[in-house]
Parts: sequence; structure tokens; C-alpha cells
Amino acid sequence: MPGTIDEIPITPINTTNSTAVKTGGWRAFRPICDTDKCIKCWSCWKFCPDVSIAIGEDGPIYDYDHCKGCGICANVCPVKCIEMIPENK
Amino acid sequence: MMAKLTIPEEELMSPGHMGCLGCGATQAMRYVLKAAGRRTILSIPACCWAVMPGVWPNTCLQVPELYTPFETTGASISGIRAALDALGQEDINVIGFAGDGGTADIGIQALSGTADRQDNVLYIMYDNEAYMNTGIQRSGSTPIGTWTTTTPVGSTQEWEKSPKKNMTAIMAAHGIPYIATATTGYPEDIIKKVTKALSIKGTKFMQIFSPCPTGWKMDPALTVSITKEALSSRAFNLFEIENGAYKVTMKPKKTPLKGYLMKQGRFRHMPDDLIAEVEADLDSAYENLLHLEECTRKKA
Repeated sequence: MPGTIDEIPITPINTTNSTAVKTGGWRAFRPICDTDKCIKCWSCWKFCPDVSIAIGEDGPIYDYDHCKGCGICANVCPVKCIEMIPENK
Repeated sequence: MMAKLTIPEEELMSPGHMGCLGCGATQAMRYVLKAAGRRTILSIPACCWAVMPGVWPNTCLQVPELYTPFETTGASISGIRAALDALGQEDINVIGFAGDGGTADIGIQALSGTADRQDNVLYIMYDNEAYMNTGIQRSGSTPIGTWTTTTPVGSTQEWEKSPKKNMTAIMAAHGIPYIATATTGYPEDIIKKVTKALSIKGTKFMQIFSPCPTGWKMDPALTVSITKEALSSRAFNLFEIENGAYKVTMKPKKTPLKGYLMKQGRFRHMPDDLIAEVEADLDSAYENLLHLEECTRKKA
């Protein structure tokens, strides 16, 4: 990040990948997947607006640094194996 | 083990973007980029997507993107296309990605110019039915009865009084080769339509219905299921117009409009007689669409 206004270029060009921004801090509910029940349909991966689900061997692998906890994955899961747990517990 | 997936696995949108919880517009961008691939240049005007890539120097997009003023998406994609053609790089996709306000209201003149010049570009309108980025003001694409901050509901009942602007019909009147509607609840459909659009030469227009939990006052977890209900209640229809021939790409079984409306805080004040009126209008619009499909079938 620039220290002074003079360090900002006249035409600012975005160059850094946004993965540096940890949006996981926005989350109020944490998705937890019961991988025993998971049928690996990857609906959760397909609909994640934050690209925070990776395709794992046994089921979804969450990127808790970026997951905002919207709950779409739990809602679209056909076997309801994803639970949204309050972060303060 | 290879996972069985119905959409391409390559991600051209990174996590860490500034979209709200359960944002439909980010899903739309994710699917569009999956279909378009790396050799794409985007042009984005002032809209939610102007802030979502992140604060400088961050960006969540793995493709080049140009920020343009609100009304110039159409003109800027024409310019990018002309520059690429001059450089002999005709295989690069040029996509304008604008919100409903930047398309139906502010950007319509530049878009009309692009369609008139028949420039080889794809224009995508992601439709969240209001100016969501600036704080939920009504746009031309806001449906009847909606609460927004500029159509407030109180004792005066000043909710949105005019119907949703029919952008696909406006674009069809320009005689462009391909027009399609899609919604974020059906990613395979978006990918199929974007791929088809990019294979056609000329100006293409797509309207992607993208739920906005913040502006629609609903649970972000419902982003996907609400699109399915929007289709079945006829609040939004999926179809393509290819060289003037209509094709309704999804004909779901009808469900009551009230079920769709009552899940969203922006409609919850609507009296039953207004709902019945709106439902009759939406049903006849859907019937019209089926008639248009019937009438234009031979042309295809």
C-alpha cells in the first residue's frame, strides 16, 4: 500500500490478488460438513459466491479465511450434511 | 479421483472480493468467466462490480478489466473491440458487464450505439432490480410494488408504480443476432448461453437475473432457491432470441407468485389485490412469450 498520496499512480492498475483480503472475518455462522453423509455432488462448490470451497477427497474443504458464512452451501445441499454453527460457540 | 462436475473447474475469480453475503452478481461473474476463459477483456461501469474486485491494488479477477464511467459500457467495449481488431487479435472476447441501472437507464444510449454498429461484443446485464451499490434506489428494471429507498413504503404507500423495463424486447428491436436471459440458480444454463453467444459474430446481449439479499431484504442462504421460485412464479423467464426466433429454454410448473414475494422484505407490504394484478400481468407476459416462440419457430 502507498504511504503518501504521491505514491499513488496517475492510472491506478490493480495488480495484487484479492486473496490477500481475509473476508472470513465477516462470518457469523461457520459451515461444517459431515463428510460421512456427503454424496460428493459438489452443489456447494458450484454455488459458492466466495469461491471458498475446494474439492476434497471426502467432501468440501472450506477456506475459512474467505468464507463469509452466507449459508448457500447448507441450503443447496441435497442431503443436508452441511450445518451452520454460530461462530461464538 | 476426478470429481464429476457439471461446470468448468478453472476459477478466474478469486475469493476475498467485496461482495455481500450470498451475492448473486458474484456468482454470475464466476460462471461467465468460466465460460469465457482467460482470453477475455471485461469492461465494468459504476455498479456493484465496480467495487467488488476490491480496494486498489487488489483485484479478484484473473482477466483484464477496464473501469468505465456509468453510461459508457457500450462505447468502451466497441473501442476495445476496434483496438483488438486493429492489432489483429480477433480471438479475444470482449464483454461488457453492467448492472441493471447502468444498462436499462444510464447506459442504454451507448448500448444502443454498439448494437447499431453491430460491433462484435457481448453485453451482459446482471439484473438485481435496483441500484444496489449506491444503496437500493429504484431503476428501470425494478418491478411493480417494490420497496426501495427512493420508492418508500409507509402511510403514503409510494412503492414502485411502473413495471419492469423489458430490456430483451428493446434489444430484439435492434435486430442483433443473439439475446438470452439466464439466472444464477442455473450455472450450466449460463455457461451454455455465454459459450453460444461468444461463438456468434455481432452484438450479443444477455440478461442474468442475480438475487441481491441485501437489497431484497432476504436471507442470503436463499440466493439459489429464490431464482427457482422466480422462474416458476413467472417473475422472470428464461429464453433465447436467435436471429429473431424466440425459444423458451425453461418451462417450469407454475407456483403462486405470493410464495416468491413473501420471502423478500421488499415485497412484504404488497396488498393481495396488487399481487393478483401483478400475477395476471406476469402470466400474460409468459403466454406472450410462448406465442412469440410459436410464431417465430419457422424462421429458425
